[in-house]
Amino acid sequence: MSKTTRVVTLTINDKEVSAREDESILTVAREHDIDIPTLCYLEGLSGWGSCRLCLVQVEGIPKLLPACMTYCAEGMKVKTDTEKIQNYRKNILEMLFSERNHVCSVCVSNGECELQSLAQKCGMDHVSLPYRFPSYDVDSTHNLFRNDHNRCVLCTRCIRVCDEIEGAHVWDLAGRGIDTLVISELNEPWGDSDTCTNCGKCVQVCPTGALVQKGTAVAEMHKNRTFLPYLNAMRGNNG
Amino acid sequence: MSDTITKLKVATIWVDGCSGCHMSFLDMDERILELAPHIDMLYSPLVDSKIIPDELDLVIVEGAVSNDDDLHRVLALRKAAKFMIALGDCAVSGNVPSMRNPIGTRPCFDRAYFEMTDINPQIPTKHVPALLENALPVHQVVKVDLFVQGCPPPADAIYFVLTELIAGRVPDPAKVTRFGA
Repeated sequence: MSKTTRVVTLTINDKEVSAREDESILTVAREHDIDIPTLCYLEGLSGWGSCRLCLVQVEGIPKLLPACMTYCAEGMKVKTDTEKIQNYRKNILEMLFSERNHVCSVCVSNGECELQSLAQKCGMDHVSLPYRFPSYDVDSTHNLFRNDHNRCVLCTRCIRVCDEIEGAHVWDLAGRGIDTLVISELNEPWGDSDTCTNCGKCVQVCPTGALVQKGTAVAEMHKNRTFLPYLNAMRGNNG
Repeated sequence: MSDTITKLKVATIWVDGCSGCHMSFLDMDERILELAPHIDMLYSPLVDSKIIPDELDLVIVEGAVSNDDDLHRVLALRKAAKFMIALGDCAVSGNVPSMRNPIGTRPCFDRAYFEMTDINPQIPTKHVPALLENALPVHQVVKVDLFVQGCPPPADAIYFVLTELIAGRVPDPAKVTRFGA
């Protein structure tokens, strides 16, 4: 990276915009009210680029690129909402819904779930893939919170917020591919964790009903996902 | 114009659901009277007929396909139907009935008919349809033309979908409902 940050000009959906070259396409698009759906991305945390919902088309590059992890460059021509991209987004959501047991009607996060609202927004009206109906445990050993793997989308927001903001690093990923699990400590019950500070940041940033407060019934889990930018600003971080 | 020309031949079926979607249908209240001139309800839990008609314009399915009776009736209705709606989350995604799928039918039977009973433990086989291994969304069994999510879909959403179809348009239910609504 050069010492001085250059300002570049690019187009997003044929609209000319200027941006710093250290800004992601997603950041610049949102500054200009161009909506790109995201799931693993959360303002205030480092980028991860795993959910692929923010894929965009950059002219001259044959594959689609994640807008959250792709930086702006001079002359870039970006399309965010082509038919191909819309279909990819629907396919990704269908895969997420079919991989675990997402039953909106009985979920504590019903009505406040990012996966649920993405399905509505992106027009995913049914899952054409066969459901896997996997069998996953629910970890209720923590005094305050619960981890339900059936509702996890592996976005890793919990892992990042615990590591980057709280500095405790309770969470990690174990396993590979479709069998990946978010685990606490070395795959021990959450309630036995020595490092968990009970701060609940992981619960607040979780986009679905995977990490929730105990004692909540259907549609009662209200999350505050906007505290991160304020927290970072107060700490003098740029994140 | 004669009513008989424009009337849609409609059937509704309640398979593995809680009847909530049919309740929501009734929840259209006086708007049902508005729809009545356009609809001939030929087969439904809401009417008496027990025979599945041979020809239907519209079939509305509530519930997941969970046993062999569900399967036979959904197949027969699909054969008769020009257009089929999966109404509600059970029909669209399996929803609550599909929560038995990760557990398996045998452990469910054991729990319900052996562990929870004091006398005469047995799996019922007479006068009841046999369970399928999984409770399935309707489109995994037959072709579905329109998906209306919701648990249940609000009466307003059902009214919107039906009036659009009566007007000859295919509606977009995402405007008026969603999973878990």
